[in-house]
Amino acid sequence: MNELALLVAAALSAGTPLALAGLGLLVNEKVGVLNLGAEGMMLIAAVAGFAVAFHTGSQWWAFAAGAAAGAAAAALFAGLVIGLGTNQYATGLALSLFGAGFSAFVGLGYVGKKLADRAAFEVPWLADVPFLGSALFKQHPMVYFTVCTALWLAWLFSRTRTGLVLRAIGESPEAAHALGYPVRWIRAGAVVLGGALCGVAGAYLSVVYAPLWVEGMVAGRGWIALALTVFATWRPVRLLLGAYLFGGVTMLQFYGQGSGWAVPAQLMGMLPYLATIGVLVLISGKAAWIRLNMPASLGKAFRPNL
Amino acid sequence: MLKLQARAQPSQLMVYASPLLALLITVVVAAILFIALDKDPVSGISLFLFEPWNGERGVSEIALKATPLILCALGLALCYRSHVWNIGAEGQFLLGAIFGGGLAMWFSIHKIAVHPWVFMPLGLIAGALGGALWAGVVALLRDKFNANEILVSLMLVYVANLLLSYLVFGPWKDPQGFNFPQTITFDNATNVPRIVSGLRLHWGFVVALLAAVLMAVFLFKSFKGYQLQVGGLAPAAARYAGFSSRAALWTALLTSGALAGMAGSFEANGPLGQLTPHVSLGYGFTAIIVAFIARLHPLGCVLGAVLLSMLLIGGELAQSRMGLPSALSSMFQGVLLIALLACDVLIHYRLRWR
Repeated sequence: MNELALLVAAALSAGTPLALAGLGLLVNEKVGVLNLGAEGMMLIAAVAGFAVAFHTGSQWWAFAAGAAAGAAAAALFAGLVIGLGTNQYATGLALSLFGAGFSAFVGLGYVGKKLADRAAFEVPWLADVPFLGSALFKQHPMVYFTVCTALWLAWLFSRTRTGLVLRAIGESPEAAHALGYPVRWIRAGAVVLGGALCGVAGAYLSVVYAPLWVEGMVAGRGWIALALTVFATWRPVRLLLGAYLFGGVTMLQFYGQGSGWAVPAQLMGMLPYLATIGVLVLISGKAAWIRLNMPASLGKAFRPNL
Repeated sequence: MLKLQARAQPSQLMVYASPLLALLITVVVAAILFIALDKDPVSGISLFLFEPWNGERGVSEIALKATPLILCALGLALCYRSHVWNIGAEGQFLLGAIFGGGLAMWFSIHKIAVHPWVFMPLGLIAGALGGALWAGVVALLRDKFNANEILVSLMLVYVANLLLSYLVFGPWKDPQGFNFPQTITFDNATNVPRIVSGLRLHWGFVVALLAAVLMAVFLFKSFKGYQLQVGGLAPAAARYAGFSSRAALWTALLTSGALAGMAGSFEANGPLGQLTPHVSLGYGFTAIIVAFIARLHPLGCVLGAVLLSMLLIGGELAQSRMGLPSALSSMFQGVLLIALLACDVLIHYRLRWR
């Protein structure tokens, strides 16, 4: 029983960076921008977060640095894609490639460095509840922040005027433009916000989850987060649950090794990637279902004729 | 203020000038970086642009590293022209290395006597099969289940990486290899023949050049290639003309997978002669940049590959001579691609002061 609680706790922790990055990408995609640069933004943010945590000793400054780095990378992307109207696919790929090289270069001095120990966090009272306490209430505060962000985004998109405008821009930028909304500026804002969330996810990986810096440590999580937005049919709470499911799959490999399953580590390591493909296959088969939920202008540039 | 003004017609000049402009921007960024790192910018930049050409050995090394880049980029150019976003050439490359290298290992273990010129096509076919198999999975899932090819092809890169490390850490590990994660050294007869003895450049380079010519003929002189490009440029028009988008998907992915697989097989049986977890220097990803710099033109891919190969070698030189990390070259690659995309705006727009 206690083992199961620990597995749940580990799945929540492993799912959190996926959820944060996925929510950031969801915000991007809701306004019609597809950012394939998530992996690169997360890498840049991971090294920025680790560096700041290493020098200041404060993980909160590290998250701030991660968010700022992610936002800066996203601003570059927004400038190219929205400002200059470059191809979204190619630009996102370029950002991912650049992020991989840049982070490896900057992070070279931090390989093998250790962060100071953090005090473990517990939710008062609730952490003492048997089973649920160790499963749910002994997590890093960022885990709860992620849950709140998902709920807030769900509320924002479905219940507020701001959310309606954002969705309108994603569905029909022409109509939103005709109504007088500054489509390109709002899109840029959403992209930067999404980048900041991806950045927090990257910092979480290097400061809390790992906690260390290795080249390429994001290990495809940016791409898995992209798949999650499709899996969740662009709904924040569904995305959160999907991320925890993937966190569970990731944890299964370590759990398997611990219990002495006779499967080589490398083959178990394939699980999250194979699961991503499996999920894509299952969900994408329903083409009509995807079409109904996908923001209609996703991936298309918008240039008002002035 | 500086404004973008639409051109009446795309500028032919900028089509060719923009890659040069992008290279110039990358050089400027590099110079700033070298100054920031307290290194001499002139000698730093010459490491990337001029030093790699030093002597016949230098030229051989450039062509050697350009070989996998040309092969992978050709396939990617075909895919992108038909709007199939395959970004998993790296995985297809690795599968090619596993198949081609695996065959060489099998020949070596069983001591099968074979002439290098007999083995070369065998290894080539094995590699192409491996790469096409990996890309075929992407095509199948896209065709049958509408699964996004960007994500599937990329996920398969990670799977291929893990498969390779499983093999070299596990069943394929050299029993006499002091527990290093690598296979046995393949028998000399399975190595791809070299063009000039003493230099590492092998006949795979000629195959790559031949592939570029064939790809150009296919794209610009055949009806099938025309169909593919119409499907990419105007899907609705292609549908109306009765061009099958499914055929385009399968053709693009299988061809690009086979080409990347050949590249992998050449790498395993060429300069390496064994399999290790680090068969690829990220050739599959670098090839994406090559394809874009080449404007998705097969002959341009050769030039682009030579340029990027220079950058890769420059990175190694910067590491050995100036003590700079080799990650420098992958960073410059990213800068180059971003600069190129930004400069490409000038093809359709001109800058005006207002």
